[in-house]
Amino acid sequence: MPEGSTKDGIGASVRRKEDKRFLTGSGRYTADISRHGQLHVHFIRSDHAHANIKSIKTDDAAKADGVVAIYTGEDVAADGIGGPICGWVVTNRDGSPTNEPPHPILANGTVRYVGDHVVAVIAETLQQARDAAELVEIDYEVLAPVVDLASASEGVQIHENVPNNMYFDFELGDEAAAEAALANASTLVELEVRNNRLIPNAIEPRAALAEYDPAEEAYTLFTTSQNPHLTRLVIGAFMLNIPESKLRIVAPDVGGGFGSKIYVYPEEAVCTWASKKLQRPIKWTADRTEAFLSDAHGRDHINKVKLALDENNRITGLRVDSLANIGAYLGAFSVVTPTILHTPLMSGCYKIPAIYTNIKGMATTTARVDAYRGAGRPEATYLLERVMDAAARQVGMDPAEFRRINFIPKDAFPYQTPVALQYDIGDYEAPLDKALEMIDYKGFEARRAEAAKRGKYRGIGLSSYIEACGIAPSAVAGALGSRVGLYESATVRVDPTGTINVMTGTHSHGQGHDTTFAQIVADKLGVDVGQVQIIHGDSDKTPFGMGSYGSRSLAVGGSAIAKAVDKVIDKAKIIAAHLMEAADSDVVFADGKFTVAGTDTEKGFGEIALAAYVPHNYPHDRLEPGLEETAFYDPLNFTYPSGTHIAEVEIDPATGVVQLVDWACCDDFGNLINPMIVEGQVHGGIAQGVGQALMENAAYDENGQLITASYMDYCMPRADDLPDFKVDYTVTACTHNDLGVKGCGEAGAIASPPALINAVIDALSPLGVTDMSMPASPEKVWRAINEAGKAQAAE
Amino acid sequence: MYQTNYVKAASTDEAVGHMSSGGQLLAGGMTLIPTMKQRLASPETVVDLAGCGLSGIEDTGDAIRIGAMTRHVDVAESAVVQGAIPALAALAGGIGDRQVRNCGTIGGSVANNDPSACYPAAVLGLGGTVHTNKRDIAADDFFTGMFETALDEDEMITAVSFPKVAKAAYLKFPNPASRYAMVGVFVAAGGDGTRVAVTGAGSDGVFRHGGMESALDGDFSASALDGVAVDSSDLIGDIHAAPDYRAHLVREMAKRAVDAC
Repeated sequence: MPEGSTKDGIGASVRRKEDKRFLTGSGRYTADISRHGQLHVHFIRSDHAHANIKSIKTDDAAKADGVVAIYTGEDVAADGIGGPICGWVVTNRDGSPTNEPPHPILANGTVRYVGDHVVAVIAETLQQARDAAELVEIDYEVLAPVVDLASASEGVQIHENVPNNMYFDFELGDEAAAEAALANASTLVELEVRNNRLIPNAIEPRAALAEYDPAEEAYTLFTTSQNPHLTRLVIGAFMLNIPESKLRIVAPDVGGGFGSKIYVYPEEAVCTWASKKLQRPIKWTADRTEAFLSDAHGRDHINKVKLALDENNRITGLRVDSLANIGAYLGAFSVVTPTILHTPLMSGCYKIPAIYTNIKGMATTTARVDAYRGAGRPEATYLLERVMDAAARQVGMDPAEFRRINFIPKDAFPYQTPVALQYDIGDYEAPLDKALEMIDYKGFEARRAEAAKRGKYRGIGLSSYIEACGIAPSAVAGALGSRVGLYESATVRVDPTGTINVMTGTHSHGQGHDTTFAQIVADKLGVDVGQVQIIHGDSDKTPFGMGSYGSRSLAVGGSAIAKAVDKVIDKAKIIAAHLMEAADSDVVFADGKFTVAGTDTEKGFGEIALAAYVPHNYPHDRLEPGLEETAFYDPLNFTYPSGTHIAEVEIDPATGVVQLVDWACCDDFGNLINPMIVEGQVHGGIAQGVGQALMENAAYDENGQLITASYMDYCMPRADDLPDFKVDYTVTACTHNDLGVKGCGEAGAIASPPALINAVIDALSPLGVTDMSMPASPEKVWRAINEAGKAQAAE
Repeated sequence: MYQTNYVKAASTDEAVGHMSSGGQLLAGGMTLIPTMKQRLASPETVVDLAGCGLSGIEDTGDAIRIGAMTRHVDVAESAVVQGAIPALAALAGGIGDRQVRNCGTIGGSVANNDPSACYPAAVLGLGGTVHTNKRDIAADDFFTGMFETALDEDEMITAVSFPKVAKAAYLKFPNPASRYAMVGVFVAAGGDGTRVAVTGAGSDGVFRHGGMESALDGDFSASALDGVAVDSSDLIGDIHAAPDYRAHLVREMAKRAVDAC
């Protein structure tokens, strides 16, 4: 673990500053905020997966107690209100653009998934709004649903401008080269995997409170957002036609997002729109059912994988043909997630000379699917790490050794993959070796034999992953279809007394920015972390930033802070030189003190801050007063965290229950700022991956009804499902940001599902089992054991 | 939640009086309150039983009598229950989570007869007696179908008695999501022979399994259950477990319960 340069600075496991308010119930979430005279909105949602709206009768509801307004899609259309936009599109294989259907904030004419917003009932109290909603009569003409991903292209067309229900048809790589490698393979490995659909389940449901100030003609929207500035841009410029300067977005404490709160949703736009129409604040808080139905879901791929090996078991080629279920509408990152954030990861940690991948984004009458913790990279890692194990099994090699001989060697960096990315630095053997040692890989067969004596099948599974995060260079993103930049911003404001406020364009919704960012500033300025206040989540206070997702906050946002602090130090040095009557170049800043080289003259940081704001003796000819600097940082490349996770499981053949008995992981996140927070991110990520691999599954029935719409049926991982994780790190510092950091927020969720499924298959491999889909539920595992037993009996 | 009236009854008689005018009894509220919050139930009046003096655990010699409003946590932690029928205390300690066990009551659970609830398996498995304001009902006569019981419209449970048996055990295979019993089997061996009650699995709610009871009467061992058929045709099938898997789990949990006896 890297040592920090100060007690509280970089490398120290400082306790989280924000936890006092969270643990004492003093957090301030959107639903905690109320405004005088506020009204409440209840959304009537479609209970059909696909239907035409023949009529909506609101007369009785409008007369109900407390009802102030009832709006439908026709009102939205009459006011010319736009829908949430897709933030990143791609060019199809044939050169045509992504098919982008309209997404009205209240359904106009057609509903396309169960949970689609149809009517907004606004009343004095939520109770009254809900009561009145029951008096609204909606006459539907039910249409055929499109639920099954594999056959979605054959289903009834869902959007007028999305033929064959295909939003996009994206390819990357060299098809001819990949096909040649497959044709000439010494060993050809084929595998089809399903990446199951997940529901994010942030602990805080989405919420919004919009207020209109008629005197200023300005709006304030409190909302559960991971990126308030983008919310302002989208709602202001694309949906409601509000000048950005007249729309303030405040995302206060936000209780988790995992991606689901990146996007603008119809509800917050309805609240904002209605707040002006009614000249009253409008409040909405989702209940848990609404969250299940209408939060953007994650994953949901079918991937067909072909891997070619030469006679020495070196990989020579890879082809992946995939379908991604995008759901009923396009969200902000619906298109980029299965394309740009997915296909360039196909090389993994491996030297693969030829790669080709095609992915088709399909419309179905289900909730929209968008970026969810890992966003495209878990899907890539899953198919790759599954096929790596399948290949090792097929050629009879140890899966760790098979990975090792195919790793990109550590002296090959920077490494240009055949799928667009250039990895700046890495060393994949070091974390593999460490993780193997941590879990006592060599001793596994003895543990398997011991478990067998107890009637249990024990298995071990690896996953060596790489991810691209710290998204990303704006120029590259733009060339690849992004409609936004992907820099980050920070303002460092030093107060006259030397305390420091940092306004960041990122947003913390559980990540611990208040602490990690303060440590960067404290380390660089030689002050206590308690003197540094981190301010985020208010478009009126912070510089324009892109928010938090894609493990970008530290690598991009933290780097922006570091740059702004450097500017502060540069200015302060000139002030110090003036006060100490020395040349600028003779002033040295270290440990919070400015000194003149070779003398005992010194000035504290606080003295310089005071001088900047009380500039009686000041270099006015060279500097403006004050000590406040802003920096925007646009990275040169993605960052590439990597590592190896190893799962060990025991399966009870009588019930099919998979017990996760051990976990070791060694990650390379570059330099660590706060190892405790990093470890927490790793734990949370693994837990989420364990959820996907063993428990979670968003299931729709053939009519398009979500049958896992509550915790009675949607299975979340719990603490007692998890073993103690053995967590360690190796470090290759990122080469292109000042902090040498890579990001850690998604790694656990990316790495863990294939490790677990590989372990389950390994446990059952003595029975002849070679495949297992996620989630590996008790029933599914029990059936696999039974069928393997029948097959063996038949032989 | 819809508008509702709330009354707190001071006695069983008062509570029953409210029932006749449409009042809905509220015990621990672990089912009723969430159902009301989801607007799936809309009682005009909710009658809180917390003031009726119906909680408490009593050793009556050959049985343990538990007041209807006794919470799961009190049964789980009761030295009387732990000493006399440890399987019952363990069952109560495994219901729901800490919050549920601190609110939920035995009377509420038994009266609701949720097909996935644990308590009905104990009542039926131990051959208990349900005491009401009107009569005593034998367990075998009490549970009449999914969410259905022998209780009349104006009848409420006041206590449940469990005979002390030689040995008993309850084994639950929890639903992975809800952690209700996906299959729960209560096995009890006493003077009148072995009783095997199954919850979580039956389309009509909790049921006894005659085949397993006979097999265990002949040979009280897990292996005696190996050849016993469990008919899956009357079992629940859902996304977590098809009927054949549930049938398999019924026998497996029964075997484990026998081993635990």
